[in-house]
This record gives sequence, C-alpha cells and structure tokens, in this order.
Amino acid sequence: MSTPASAAPTVLLDAEQIGRTLRRMAHEIVEREGESIDRLALVGIYTRGVTLARRLATLLAEIAGVEVPVGALDITFYRDDMGLRGGETRAHPQPVVKASSLDFPLDGATVVIVDDVLYTGRTVRAAIEAVFDYGRPARVRLAVLCDRGHRELPIRADVVGKNLPTSRAERVRVHLGEDDAADEVVLETGAR
Amino acid sequence: MTAVLTEPAAVRVAGTRHLLSSEDLDRPTVERLLELAASFEAVAEREVKKLPTLRGRTVLSVFFEASTRTSSSFELAAKRLSADTISLKSSGSSVEKGETLKDTLLTLDAYGPDVVVIRHAQVGAAALATRYTRAAVVNAGDGAHQHPTQSLLDLYTMRASLGRVEGVHVAIVGDVLHSRVARSNIALLLACGAHVTLVGPPSLIPRGIEATGVSVSYDISDIATADVVYVLRMQRERMLAGEAYVPSLREYTLRYGVTSARLRPGQVVMHPGPMNRGVEITDEVADSAASLVTHQVRAGLVVRMAVLYDLLAGPEGAA
Repeated sequence: MSTPASAAPTVLLDAEQIGRTLRRMAHEIVEREGESIDRLALVGIYTRGVTLARRLATLLAEIAGVEVPVGALDITFYRDDMGLRGGETRAHPQPVVKASSLDFPLDGATVVIVDDVLYTGRTVRAAIEAVFDYGRPARVRLAVLCDRGHRELPIRADVVGKNLPTSRAERVRVHLGEDDAADEVVLETGAR
Repeated sequence: MTAVLTEPAAVRVAGTRHLLSSEDLDRPTVERLLELAASFEAVAEREVKKLPTLRGRTVLSVFFEASTRTSSSFELAAKRLSADTISLKSSGSSVEKGETLKDTLLTLDAYGPDVVVIRHAQVGAAALATRYTRAAVVNAGDGAHQHPTQSLLDLYTMRASLGRVEGVHVAIVGDVLHSRVARSNIALLLACGAHVTLVGPPSLIPRGIEATGVSVSYDISDIATADVVYVLRMQRERMLAGEAYVPSLREYTLRYGVTSARLRPGQVVMHPGPMNRGVEITDEVADSAASLVTHQVRAGLVVRMAVLYDLLAGPEGAA
C-alpha cells in the first residue's frame, strides 16, 4: 500500500552472524540438557528446519562430542488450515509433501524441534502432534533461528537464535546454503 | 442418454472436484497423486498409523455392485486420514437406476458428506451423482466404463516395481471389451508414456481401439515382448449366461491363459482381482515371485488416501 513497491530486502543476519548464532544455540542446548544430552534427538521441520537441525548436530558433536540423531518432519498432514475451500485462503500454498523420517526411537528421548522462523506457532503445534505419532518422548523442546513474534497459540521457544520484532505485513526469510544460494536472513516488506 | 449423463450443473458447488475418469487426469496430476501416495507409505510403519488430516470430514461409500478390495481400501484409507465413514452396500435387487439412484443420493447428501465414493453397474452413474450431492464424487466403477483409482494404483505398483512408467511396455490380456479396468488403464498408461498392447480373442477386443494409440494382437505369444503382463478377469458369469464371446472357458484357457511357459524371466504379472485361478492365470503364475497382486492391494490403500486427500485438500481447480 504505502510501502514503496520495490523495497530492497533488508539483511538481518549475514552468513557469519548465522554461524555464530547457531554455535551459541548449540552451547545453550548443551547447558540446558547437561547430563541427559545423550538422550537428545533433533527433529527439523521441512525445509530449512531440517538443514538447521543437521548443522546443530554437527556443532553438538564438535562442542560436546555427542552423536545426536537428526529426524525430518513434514507437517503438511497435520496443518490446521487444511481443506479451506471457497472464500478462505490458506496461510501457505499447497506444499510439496516430503517424506518424514524419524528412524530412531523417540520413547524417553528429549526431542528438540528445530525450525527457522517462529511466527504464529501453528506449525510448531502441528509438529508436536506429529512427533507424538512416532512415539512418546520424555520432553519436547523448541529451538528456532528467529522469533518474529505474533503468536496465535501459547507456544514459546526454549532456544532462540535471534528475536526479530516485525510487523505482520513483513516477511522473514531464512536462506541457507544447502537449500538456497547463500546463508542469510532477510526482511521483506510490502504485500506480495 | 448421453445428454442426460454429461456435464452436471444443477447442485454443483463451485470449486468442488471429482474423480470420474482416468481420462480426466493429466500427467502432472498423476505425478502429484503418486508422490502423495508414496508419502503415505511411511505412515503404515509408525506407531500411530493414522493422520489427523481429514478429521471432521465424512466419506460416504455407496456400492451398488459387489466389491472386496475397492470398498475395504477406501474405508481404511478414509479412516487412516481420520475421516468419518459410512459404507452402504446394495444387493442390487431392489435398487434400480434413474429415480432410485437419484433419491438414494439426495437422501445421503442430507448427511452432508465431503466425499461420495460410488460404484454402480450403470455407465455414467458417478457423473450423475455429481448432480445430486454437493460432495466430491469418486467413481469406484461405473459399468464397463471407468475405474480411475484402480488404474492409479496399477500405475503406482508398476512405478514402484520397475522404477518408471515412461517407455514401459504393458500387455493387457483377456476380456478388454467388458473391462472398466482396461479402459481406465489404457488412458492412464498412454498419458504417462507407456506402450500398450491388448492381447485376446477378437471377440473380446473392441473394434477400432487401435485409434487410441494401443497395439492389438490376437496371439498370446506376443506377451513375450512386454515388461508387464496385465491379466484381466475372465467374466465367468457372462460365459455361463451363454453369451458366445469365446467357445468355452477351457478353450480360452488353452489359447490365452497366462502360464509360466508363456512368460519369460524378468516380466512382472498383475491382475486387478478377483482371480479365476486356472482360467486366465495359472496358480503357479499367481503365486510366483513375478506376481505383483499383493503389491497392488497394498498400493490401493495409499493411492486412495492420496485421492481423498487431494480432493479435499489439494490445489484448487486441479483434477
């Protein structure tokens, strides 16, 4: 509307900052879990969450010398905006469903759900429900690279890389080398 | 007749999608459905074999014709997706076409189903159903016309077994004339780049079907060049009724029965069921490692999950 049509996206975190942030998050996870770190499992939410979970696992191996299993979760079938037809529009376009893989036992484990951006909390709610269909973890925690606020559910991250106050009209996009051209977190403004 | 059964208009709600014929499926849609089906495979391995996706939705199955596989797999598919299900079966004796089918559908529509799965002996019954319900309609077999989910599960099975469908040579053997399975499969296989040869006695191969792009052979030895030998059910009831499509079942078996002697190593064999062992297929072939029959049944579940999911939650305006 009043926003200039072609506002260049603002870089919120560059590659180096993302690297430092992830390292700090890995340290925080180690401190939190203490002795029980050998019962830890990371479960990333497709797509960027899976990439972040893999990077965190590498860092945890480096910092604490532990092999942490990494799972991947597609929450498409758990969404609460499924089947909205007619007038309503979905928050997300119909995504390509990717195969979830959690091929390690969850019972008794501390599962850390990993995602790139925490926003309304609906994706996390769906992910928690999905995790419980694979087993009964002892604890479920949440680690996100960015928290942009605007929660619609009583959900809070245990480990946050960076808090980014945003308006609803803005979009926070996380690009990671494995999935995109380079590592960066950008803020896009205006309706698109 | 055809004018009555074509484009539904009356009660149709904008945006409602149906699966009436495999001829309506283009290749991207088929790909999407098969990918979806594959993603449902893993669910069967989990502790909880259910997804909450269609919670609160109602799937209604109405079978005016006998069925084991199709009705049970649709019901389980709906349940695995957390939908509520109502399954109605009709012996067919009291149910006639026309008014009665219409009234049945109008009555059931009052329950507000989201999907109606229908099988009926009359060609065009599923298309007719779209007029009397606001639900998405899935054709689970209408006479000798179409059975689209069967062809999707067959394609899924072939792709899982051979790694591709493009360029694969499929020989469809037997009673093509009365087979909705054959008709659905021909359309879908050709759309996905497979070669199709129909093999059977001239009386059971529709005249002029070559125009669709298939090859026709009246010689069973021609199945030797195929990658997939798809055996159709010999409709015994028809033979007993004295209709002279073939001189006798014994004669048919001798000339067109699929035996291990007529197969070469590396070929796979499929059959939509129910099998007439000893007629169109020998026990030995049916129980051999080359037979994909149980794979087809398993594929039926995930493919029907994909169809239900796609109709209710898929991209707008597709299929």
